[in-house]
Amino acid sequence: MGVKVLAAMSGGVDSAVAAARAVEAGHEVVGVHLALSRMPGTLRTGARGCCTIEDSMDARRVADMLEIPFYVWDFSERFAQDVVQDFIDEYSEGRTPNPCMRCNQHIKFQAVLERGLALGFDAIATGHYASVVEGPQGKELHRAATWAKDQSYVLGVLTTEQLEHCYFPLATTPSKDEVRAEAAERGFFVAAKPDSHDICFIPDGDTRGWLAERVGEREGPVLTAEGEVVGSHQGAHAYTVGQRKGLQLGYPAADGKPRYVLEVRPKTNEVIVGPKEALAISELAGSVMSFAGADPVQSGLAEDASDEHGFGCEPFSCHVQVRAHADPVAASARISGGELVVSLLEPLLGVAPGQSAVIYVGTRVLGQCTIDRTVSALQEVSSG
Amino acid sequence: MGVYLDYQATSPMPESVREVYVDALAGVGNPSSIHQAGQRQRAILEDAKERIARIVGCEPIEIILTSGGTEAINTALKGAVWAAQAARGPDTPTTLVSTRAEHHATLDALQWLSTHEGTDIAWVPVDDQGVLDTDSLEVILADHRPVMVATLLANNEVGSIQPVGEIARLSLEAGTPVHVDAIAALGYLPINFAELGVTAMSLSAHKVGGPVGVGALVLSRHAPELSALMHGGDQQRGRSGTLDVAGVVAFAAALELREQGRIEHGAHLAARRDSLREQLCAAVPDVVVRGSHDARLPGNLHITVPGCEGDVLLYLLDQHGIQVSTGSACQAGVPEPSHVLLAMGLSEETARGALRFSLGYHTTEDDIEAVASVFPRVVEQARAAGMASGR
Repeated sequence: MGVKVLAAMSGGVDSAVAAARAVEAGHEVVGVHLALSRMPGTLRTGARGCCTIEDSMDARRVADMLEIPFYVWDFSERFAQDVVQDFIDEYSEGRTPNPCMRCNQHIKFQAVLERGLALGFDAIATGHYASVVEGPQGKELHRAATWAKDQSYVLGVLTTEQLEHCYFPLATTPSKDEVRAEAAERGFFVAAKPDSHDICFIPDGDTRGWLAERVGEREGPVLTAEGEVVGSHQGAHAYTVGQRKGLQLGYPAADGKPRYVLEVRPKTNEVIVGPKEALAISELAGSVMSFAGADPVQSGLAEDASDEHGFGCEPFSCHVQVRAHADPVAASARISGGELVVSLLEPLLGVAPGQSAVIYVGTRVLGQCTIDRTVSALQEVSSG
Repeated sequence: MGVYLDYQATSPMPESVREVYVDALAGVGNPSSIHQAGQRQRAILEDAKERIARIVGCEPIEIILTSGGTEAINTALKGAVWAAQAARGPDTPTTLVSTRAEHHATLDALQWLSTHEGTDIAWVPVDDQGVLDTDSLEVILADHRPVMVATLLANNEVGSIQPVGEIARLSLEAGTPVHVDAIAALGYLPINFAELGVTAMSLSAHKVGGPVGVGALVLSRHAPELSALMHGGDQQRGRSGTLDVAGVVAFAAALELREQGRIEHGAHLAARRDSLREQLCAAVPDVVVRGSHDARLPGNLHITVPGCEGDVLLYLLDQHGIQVSTGSACQAGVPEPSHVLLAMGLSEETARGALRFSLGYHTTEDDIEAVASVFPRVVEQARAAGMASGR
């Protein structure tokens, strides 16, 4: 028996095939394209973004072929506040946010899902490559069948309640090529449409220039950890921990090796640089966390260790991933003092406050935290 | 088709008009050709123009056929500014007078003229019912020397009928020609171009059940010539392009049929609209009717529903097979808060809850009951959805 499914259709090939599969599975499907920009461009440029009028037309044509109703829902105001302004604020504070995760967290799986539920829908279908599995303690989020296409990282922010209503029809698809072939077979002309990447609201990909326009430029020093001035910059907010390119330092390090951004200090407008080794961290932690399904205690992974700060648990073995396309690293996680603390079994390079640390146990996504602080393999580096 | 209550977006083509249209497509010859075939086409075309002229109270020679209402409006406004520049020199300052509650065809043409020709736009306020304030117009006419005044005959969103007679009298006293956008009013109100005393009037065929892509600019024979928008043959008074015989024949047929409907069923249409208004207001007491209370298009009902997003209401009604509009549409299909409601002084939040029902002469009491029966549940659901996705 089918249920009422809201298919979020970006105009891309993945969400098109996801909607088609939802229809074929016998569900009652309504397509919806999210208008996220007040001033959308007319035509898609290159492979960027998903918010032009052309993209909305592409989504509409697929819905036409599937013979499902199609609507454009305007979430541009919420997107501007919860994703774009958050992005500016986070960079202004020297942190490195992931806007796609914010969008999933606040727009797609919150505002849109809540509106959908209020309008009588049971689930939201998207073209994400990830699986929802029925586990012993309820719904679980898992990596997609094929690791290379897995997008479970950006879904790490989903809560238990949101997961209840998620439907990812591409979960078991081994490759994008297969999705494209299926789209071509179904006669979707978006079959060969380029993948979108980068940040959809920065169409030319120049994040630093985009931020400079909004935050303003202010010259400040580039320093070594020892306090030696080795260059200058036009605003600390434009830098990210682990960054090597674009530092434009006047003279090389004593050992002739390249230097990396170790820390961004927005309050004093300072950028700290140093050798690659100094990027290595042994621990990361954050107090804003969520669990996609049963928490570590409910899942039987760890003993309860709740304290005066709230929920807590003893250490348990896991893997942690800090970027969408990063390799997971073996770690031991615990929750204490209101923080999710992850001790890495091998050092990790270039981890910036503001990124999300997604915790995996096997293929399962347990949850995530936004990184507030990291502990250097050499010394503690705090976000200040 | 369900219950179609979006006649002001476009009106379905009646079968008899469709037959006339298809038959006319079989005609051979370009009406501008000299040979007998061309002459026959020209005769059919001129006959159709005469029939249109009789209904709208103008002379056939005053009808300039266009590709629709948008071209007609653009020709009137840009043509007037360019003609003034041609007469007085390219650097002559030009002023146009209008309201912020016009259709986008007017607003966007004014915006273009402001940006590209440096035309100064003097805005006349509208009151809280969307009616142009003639006292302000009088002051503006005295202070400026406008090239043209652009007004609606009736507002396409909220249905308010404009005091065009008074606007024309004041403007002509000041020596300023008037363009009236009669597109929403055509087929719903009696229109007499000569009696209105305006200089130019725009019409569109598809709003009265004719084909899309056919319209007319009625331009007084006494008006100064307008500068052309397009060039290439000058087939009619500065308007270039091969004449669309079948389109005009279908326009004339549709307009005659609609005029007959207006005379015979006009009172029923208004009564049905009033019945819808009463039922909706009784079912959801905090619904607010927008636009003029006494002088409005007979088929138009415009409301705002507190706590609802218009596009959610539209979605839910659509799920019940009821087709209405939020009043304003944009290219991406995202309803912007209506500029008409904002011009009337409503807040953006209130304006977001707008819904326009536009009835046709074939709308039945069953259609009205179908809407009234689902409306309370739809509003309840839309309010829940508004709470969920609002901040």
